[in-house]
Amino acid sequence: MTVADLLEETYSALSSNKARSFLTILGIVIGIGSVIAMVAIGQGAQSSIAARIQSIGSDLVQVTPGAQRGVGTQVSSGRGASRTLTQEDADAISKEVSTAKAVAPELSGRYQVTAKGKNTNTSVVGVSPTYPAVRNIAVDQGSFISDQNLLSLSKVAVLGPTTRDDLFGTDAEAVGQTIRIKNIEFKVIGITTAKGGTGFGSQDDMIFIPLTSAQRFLAGDNYVTTISVQAVDSDSMAQTQQQITDLLLSRHHISDPEAADFSTLNQADIVATASSVTGTFTILLAAVAGISLVVGGIGIMNMMLTTVTERTREIGLRKAIGAKRSEINLQFLIEAIVLTCVGGLVGIVLGWAVSFGITYLGILQTSVSFSSVLLAFGVSAVIGIVFGYFPARRAAALNPIDALRYE
Amino acid sequence: MQAGQDVKTFPTQFEYICMIEIKNVVKTYKSGDGTEFQALKSVSFKIEDGEFVAIMGPSGSGKSTLMHILGALDTPTSGTYFLDGKDVSTLSEDELADIRKGKIGFVFQSFNLLPRATVLRNVMLPLVYNGVPHADRQPQAEAALKAAGLDEGRFHNLSNQLSGGQIQRVAIARALVNNPSLILADEPTGNLDTKTGEIVLGTFQKLNNEQGRTIILITHEHDVAQHAGRIIFIKDGQILSDAKNPNQKLIKDL
Repeated sequence: MTVADLLEETYSALSSNKARSFLTILGIVIGIGSVIAMVAIGQGAQSSIAARIQSIGSDLVQVTPGAQRGVGTQVSSGRGASRTLTQEDADAISKEVSTAKAVAPELSGRYQVTAKGKNTNTSVVGVSPTYPAVRNIAVDQGSFISDQNLLSLSKVAVLGPTTRDDLFGTDAEAVGQTIRIKNIEFKVIGITTAKGGTGFGSQDDMIFIPLTSAQRFLAGDNYVTTISVQAVDSDSMAQTQQQITDLLLSRHHISDPEAADFSTLNQADIVATASSVTGTFTILLAAVAGISLVVGGIGIMNMMLTTVTERTREIGLRKAIGAKRSEINLQFLIEAIVLTCVGGLVGIVLGWAVSFGITYLGILQTSVSFSSVLLAFGVSAVIGIVFGYFPARRAAALNPIDALRYE
Repeated sequence: MQAGQDVKTFPTQFEYICMIEIKNVVKTYKSGDGTEFQALKSVSFKIEDGEFVAIMGPSGSGKSTLMHILGALDTPTSGTYFLDGKDVSTLSEDELADIRKGKIGFVFQSFNLLPRATVLRNVMLPLVYNGVPHADRQPQAEAALKAAGLDEGRFHNLSNQLSGGQIQRVAIARALVNNPSLILADEPTGNLDTKTGEIVLGTFQKLNNEQGRTIILITHEHDVAQHAGRIIFIKDGQILSDAKNPNQKLIKDL
């Protein structure tokens, strides 16, 4: 029996009961389709979150003050609350850490801000002119804070677009206007480009003022709340982090690294953590889809067992005219494999269409990977073999005499 | 008998090899509670090339068991079965399948056609298992159908669109298509009315007379057995009589 003969027999067997074959294939279509779509959604979410994290700046190491502890006590006033980092620390990092490309110290706090009778409570960040490059911020209108502003403690402010909308109305002309922070007048000199993202920590809902002005007029001291350090490239981030730690430990006269009064956060670690979370999420989705694939496989087995019972006399006849056990086995196995492979192909198209639809509707930028298509196809072939094996073996083992007599 | 076949059946030793030779064949079945039941008790006979033999007996006589052994569907518990000079009684399952494929054509009481396949596809099925090239199958199937006497207009019909007599002709064509040494017909008229049955039996006679086909007809009906040239009567697993049939009922004008 040639391969062409086997396929012809399979075609004629499957097409003789079209409704049943269709429903069985549908089970596999849904299984494979949902695996493809779910993995595409998971991977889309993963790359979207990674892109969001990268948007606050690339290759960043952030230094924040550590928790302050009183001598001889275990009571902590909270990480980041202590005032241990200064402008001088930032300058030292800039000077001595060889892999630091740019350093941006900042001092942030939340203040009540008013303008023309409207008011809002938002984050006011004292920054240096290096901030836009390090934190990936662009200016849409006007200009950003300059070195001159920093030196002269200018009362100037750059607004995020959300803050601008809150204070002056949506897309209103704000440059040249005056706002009051903590009752001190600041002149608006620029608006940053919207970056998207809402809620807590949005870079669109911020006011940037010169760091020196923030220290003098708002905080009243010489400390900074964060130092953002951009490494020269992503490979040198760990090295940068280590150098900063060593430098600050010696500057703060601390010998035990466990007792450091600051902490450093490597952006690569954040991305890795987020990826592992979304990776788990992808596995969860794929597992749920995988269950429907198994159910589809059981559907195949059910249909094949029914078929074998229904076609007992046909099997008997085939054996009587000289079909060997292996030929009967192969015939029924191929029927099961053809069912799953047709279902697999249609499922791949369906899964791809679903993820394309999700991208097209702007819900999420999904990506169907070649490997998931290959995996889905391999899985459907394996399901055909696994769930077709038992019915095929049962068919092949039939005794021709009994099979011919079967009523 | 044709000259070419004489050469085949007379090997170098001067011992005449019959087409079928059954010697002391015993078949014992074990039932569930361990008791043994002898379906065949030492059966022996020879059938020569070109004979038309009826094996007749009431139900439970062992004729079905004998048919299974003759058809290489089963092997005897003891004794030997030579088919074309080859001992079939000790073969494995796959070797038996090869014997059935090449040497035996079956016609069943319940026809056993594939219901949703065309007449031609049904007849071509043995050719598929016999490895006949695709292009040769249809001509061979058509020739077999003509020999079995089916109207050419029916060749592309589905088998469930035919009458009982037509279906049995298709089954006969399917048995013929591989050019077997032996045609084994198990109650071929059992599901047919008398008139259609006569036509089918006439077809067997024609194949026997004109093409020299060896035919074994298994039946429990005396009337049906009368169409054969030799009748072996079997009862309780033993041969009661084995004789030429002087009163062979010939069907003419098919």
